[in-house]
Amino acid sequence: MHEMSVANEIVRSVRQALPDQEVLAVTVQVGVLAAVVPDALRFGWEVATAGTPLAGSRLVVELLPLPARCLDCGAEHLTHRPPPNPCPGCGGDLMPVGRGRELRIGTVEIEDGGPTAAGQEPSQ
Amino acid sequence: MSELVDLNRAVMARNDELARALREDLAAAGTVAVNLMSAPGTGKTALTERLLTGLLERGTPAAALTGDLATENDARRLASTGAPVRQITTGGMCHLEAHLVRDHLNGWLPTGTRVLIVENVGNLVCPAGFDLGESLRMVLSSVTEGEDKPVKYPTAYRWADLAVLTKTDLAGPCEFDEDAFLRAVRSVDADLPVVRTSARTGEGVPQLLDHLERLAAGVAPAARRG
Repeated sequence: MHEMSVANEIVRSVRQALPDQEVLAVTVQVGVLAAVVPDALRFGWEVATAGTPLAGSRLVVELLPLPARCLDCGAEHLTHRPPPNPCPGCGGDLMPVGRGRELRIGTVEIEDGGPTAAGQEPSQ
Repeated sequence: MSELVDLNRAVMARNDELARALREDLAAAGTVAVNLMSAPGTGKTALTERLLTGLLERGTPAAALTGDLATENDARRLASTGAPVRQITTGGMCHLEAHLVRDHLNGWLPTGTRVLIVENVGNLVCPAGFDLGESLRMVLSSVTEGEDKPVKYPTAYRWADLAVLTKTDLAGPCEFDEDAFLRAVRSVDADLPVVRTSARTGEGVPQLLDHLERLAAGVAPAARRG
């Protein structure tokens, strides 16, 4: 259950980058072999954000497909599960090309608190 | 109204930066670290005992850090080799992180240590995501655990530099199918080297010692990080 450590690290990182913004949602990109279980991460998110300004924000987990090459026919395909995966063309073994270890914070949706925010009437 | 801000930041950035700095500090001191990863009961401690003893016999100064959730049993066991050994008790945490390794090395690692063995917490899932500043990552599984460990824990195997099969002296009684195991390794990583070992008979230990000594001398292939 290291997803708890991962969730804490995301909270720390977002708060450091956006200390004064109201965060609505955080998108995390997760590689096929990143050793992160999305459901466990979402659960960890609730716990990690409780009592912080990020409480109540959504965590959006995007799975990044892993490029792989067939050891038999050489065709390249994107895989969405850890190996082994069969080649859709010839049934051979698909070997991942990369390590699938991406684990990145992508976009963060924040409340727009600028001077042109909705609710502020033009002064006239 | 809301807006999107692109942070584009690696979640593990803090751990990865610490690990990179630690690897550089160790290299500057002439030390290479090895990260041993396996399920509980695979034989990390038994193999570490063999490796420490073997390195010291060859005149290569070696030390070990050993991670455990709660006890100091492993450190006591390893100390009998005569090598400097320090326990990291994680207090229930399922993996080691770079800052734990760094904090336990500070002021403790004897000058002149060539090989530092870091025995991770017994767990094939969580430790895989954490770089500890090692130059070699070994993933271990034993003949008693069956042939399909690599496909059950593809991340641990995919990110390793070397796969070690342990307890080969028990392969017969367990009816271990080595070809099936090797096929499972290849299906996850076609290029991952595999070494068969037995801490009981000593099989494979000289090969690992040679590899560690080459690594410490800077002549072994660098880890396949990335």
